[in-house]
Amino acid sequence: MALPGNVVEKLLRLSALSLEPHERSLLKGDLDKIVGLIDAMQSVDTHGVLPLAHPLDGTQPLRTDAVTESVDRDRLQRNAPLARDGLYLVPRVVE
Amino acid sequence: MTTLGTLTETRDALAAKAVSSVEVVGDCMKRIDAARHLNAFVTVCEQEALASAARADGAIARDGMRGLLGVPIAHKDIFCTDGVRTTCASRMLENFVSPYDATVVARLRAAGAVMVGKTNMDEFAMGSTNETSHFGPVANPWDVGRVPGGSSGGSAAALAAGLVPAATGTDTGGSIRQPAAFCGISGLKPTYGRVSRFGMVAFASSLDQGGPMARTAADLRLLLQHMEGHDPRDSTSADAGPTPHAPQQPALNVGIPREYWADLGDDVAGPLEEAVVSLRRLGHRCHDVSLPHTAFAVPVYYVVASAEASTNLSRYDGVRYGHRAAEPADLDDLYRRSRSEGFGVEVKRRILTGTYTLSVGYYDAYYGQAQRVRRLIRQDFLDAFGQVDVLLTPATPTPAPALGALTGGADPTVMYKQDVYTVPASLAGLPALSIPCGFADGLPVGLQLIGPYFAEDRLLALGEAYQRETDWHLRTPTAAEAL
Repeated sequence: MALPGNVVEKLLRLSALSLEPHERSLLKGDLDKIVGLIDAMQSVDTHGVLPLAHPLDGTQPLRTDAVTESVDRDRLQRNAPLARDGLYLVPRVVE
Repeated sequence: MTTLGTLTETRDALAAKAVSSVEVVGDCMKRIDAARHLNAFVTVCEQEALASAARADGAIARDGMRGLLGVPIAHKDIFCTDGVRTTCASRMLENFVSPYDATVVARLRAAGAVMVGKTNMDEFAMGSTNETSHFGPVANPWDVGRVPGGSSGGSAAALAAGLVPAATGTDTGGSIRQPAAFCGISGLKPTYGRVSRFGMVAFASSLDQGGPMARTAADLRLLLQHMEGHDPRDSTSADAGPTPHAPQQPALNVGIPREYWADLGDDVAGPLEEAVVSLRRLGHRCHDVSLPHTAFAVPVYYVVASAEASTNLSRYDGVRYGHRAAEPADLDDLYRRSRSEGFGVEVKRRILTGTYTLSVGYYDAYYGQAQRVRRLIRQDFLDAFGQVDVLLTPATPTPAPALGALTGGADPTVMYKQDVYTVPASLAGLPALSIPCGFADGLPVGLQLIGPYFAEDRLLALGEAYQRETDWHLRTPTAAEAL
């Protein structure tokens, strides 16, 4: 199955990814094949079947609303590529 | 003794003071160094490991042996380890040092196990060959021109080469069971929720499950005991109590699902048929059963896993941790280039596939349909377990392929289709054991035992009985003996 030509452009935008032009055409071909593979499940009659989100049909338990973890900000920010005075730095977004 | 011994032998030798932890860990380090060509490790922690081993020796001398005190273990580089980098084999996390331990790591540490290093894997666990690692492929110790399987390929190769007696792995669609089969070792994917996911870098949250990898089923049991248990920090963690250890297992009804054998080549079918004979000799009854939706498991898996991956991996933004692009023009450019430079091509394929199946106009046709077919696949298993106690299947369609054979072509789905026998149990969240059952042209072949929810004891007991009857699990590659 071939996806519409502009779909890769849209998916890249939604995923915050970019590709070189030669990668883009390769990836379009890959996605066509992957969608071809997954389309096989369309032939299954699922009328009246409930979706399964958790393999054991589990539900999310709620815990008591109490502080259980403490965060050592300095330690966490050692992994930050760019941080100063306890703040994560990004390019200016507000002029 | 050498570290070619099993985990149980290593623990017993430490308990008997026949060997010290410093000697065992030192031996592991020598073997890891001699086997660098396998590329099984991303990080080796020699100094920390030897220091922990010395402390373990002191504790054994003072208070005697307990748990896994002084036993060397390797962790898949997907488990967060306090102070030791956790890369997930990605450029994105190349320099990430977790400020905390994953629950699995903390529990094994509390049991006294000594971490010798972090094992190589497919990037973010996305792959079935270990070739998508940012740190290069892992070689199979049985034939270095072949893949060890993936994504826990480094752990499997390290065990097959006798570099460590125990390792952790994770399994989303077969990532413990398939490399175990390709490398001739034993691996268990527990029931979804049996082992905490806290501190395990997320790939597909409704499928991801950590588990033990070792040489024998008995070793898996020992390791699982120190990994499992309810964890309030993982909201999907099951409160099922510890895996029991029934002293005697009754004769079982073993189901042979015909869909798993239909397309099997002789090289894998031969050893599997011999395994059926062995199980009958052990007093078990084998029956033909059907799991009619099996053919749809790979399509469903690649929708569900990719959708969850695209969501989970949206956290990598180049701001709080992970790779950050140099001199971004603006915030969007920072996000886009950090992610594009940090992720490899297979990870991008999955993110884009997941984004597609979750996007407006396609959600119900893909993600919704996949979730509904997932329920039918699970129902097949529930129906089968109404008739039989356990299912016997091949673990993989073929023995280990050559490097590049599955990933070198123009079609990524060639690799995806390799997961055909492992993804159904993942989608259903069932426990499944992979153990060696023979050889094809000198390469290991594995069988898979799938059980009902929380029936790990039954699977392990059957595996242990089979391994008392056979010696496939004791075979080691010639190259490993020379290390």
